[in-house]
Amino acid sequence: MKLLQLLRILLATVICASLAHAEEVSVAVAANFTGPMEKIAPAFEKATGHKASVAYGTVGKFYAQIKNGAPFDVLISADDETPIRLEKDGLALAPSRFTYAIGKLVLWSAKPGLVDDKGEVLKHGDFKHLAIANPKVAVYGAAAMEAMKKLGVDSALEPKLVLGESITQAYQFTATGNAELGFVALSQIFKNGQYAPGSYWLVPPTLYTQIRQDAVLLSHGKDNAAATALLTYLKSDAAKLVIRAHGYEF
Amino acid sequence: MFLSEGDLQAIWLTVRLAGVVTLILLLLGTPIAWWLARSKAWWKGPICAVVALPLVLPPSVLGFYLLLVMGPNGPVGHLMTALGVGLLPFTFWGLVLASVFYSMPFMVQPLQTAFEAIGERPLEVAATLRASPLDAFFTVAVPLAKPGFLTASVLTFAHTVGEFGVVLMIGGNLPGVTRVASVQIYDHVEGMEYLDAHRLSAVMLIFSFLVLLAIYAWRPKPVKGA
Repeated sequence: MKLLQLLRILLATVICASLAHAEEVSVAVAANFTGPMEKIAPAFEKATGHKASVAYGTVGKFYAQIKNGAPFDVLISADDETPIRLEKDGLALAPSRFTYAIGKLVLWSAKPGLVDDKGEVLKHGDFKHLAIANPKVAVYGAAAMEAMKKLGVDSALEPKLVLGESITQAYQFTATGNAELGFVALSQIFKNGQYAPGSYWLVPPTLYTQIRQDAVLLSHGKDNAAATALLTYLKSDAAKLVIRAHGYEF
Repeated sequence: MFLSEGDLQAIWLTVRLAGVVTLILLLLGTPIAWWLARSKAWWKGPICAVVALPLVLPPSVLGFYLLLVMGPNGPVGHLMTALGVGLLPFTFWGLVLASVFYSMPFMVQPLQTAFEAIGERPLEVAATLRASPLDAFFTVAVPLAKPGFLTASVLTFAHTVGEFGVVLMIGGNLPGVTRVASVQIYDHVEGMEYLDAHRLSAVMLIFSFLVLLAIYAWRPKPVKGA
């Protein structure tokens, strides 16, 4: 009869746990938001008792996965186009969408002194490789192309461009020195109010279309309390503090 | 046209890469396989293991290490800069070097098996007929191991065509230089151009099937009662 007793206790535990409404949210996060999310997820878990299982990657890949039934509850995107597209596909809930951060583009080199504070280095072209995220698939890559076009250096620099499949890879190429410099997200080199070693140029916002990063509740998560809680938490002052500390604006 | 210009460029680049890699590995892999098939040295085991490493290691590990080793602060990077060649990441020859390492087991292992199957006897006979070891290798071992050479070459070529992770890590996605077919498909998918992705994927699928079909069809049939 001991087994039966054990089963009863187990059953009671399970019921109690579900009564406490601790749920798990599965969230797809754009690569550029990796840094802040690594801080926000545990804080969210601590504050709400819910669990967040986080996947990082490119938004294009997430779109393909969500369209094919990936069980994500929330998308924290690098743009506003993909969430809107998912809404049109009937896979995301429009009223839940909001801009959680405005992304900043920065020209960065791991080498001190290479990048000047006016971006003149782009005109001298005194380097072999310039890394950007693939502009076809990544917002930050498209923003980099736009900035180079506005500066009139795009055709001169074209042969020097190396494309990362995501902004993470553009950073990797630059951080390892294989590309002397690269356009990356400010969040990748600005952490806790400190710039990574090297040299950088904050690209003026007039040179590229504002990078509005939206988050949205996906249809799969519409009855998931943790999903709604995460979106609410993303708007909280605690989350905003972390987001701002990584160089984003609102 | 069924495929876009970019797709055709990617296919042509893939074929060139796979061709060059197969050729280099034929020259490099044959002596290694020959030595592995006949050596009794204690370090034969470790060499075998190193050759087979790419079968086990995830491409992300290989790509990451290659990026560091071939980078400006890595040993290969230093060597290449000293030789005046320039850094290898983001170049065609960088991909060749990575692929030679990555596809090595697909050349060496079938060849090693083929050489081992020949045994000592035919070579001893050749020696009694005053054939030098080199002579015996080319006139006896190579003809006998012909099916092995065929399988090894086709597998190496096909495996290089199917490469993705390593190329993605060290290629930099340059059209005509490092944007091979598998990366082009990835780009299409990521860019949500699913129709283009379908077309190029279909070409890859048919190619892979035909390659494997050829290998299995050409395989000599076992003799009954042998």
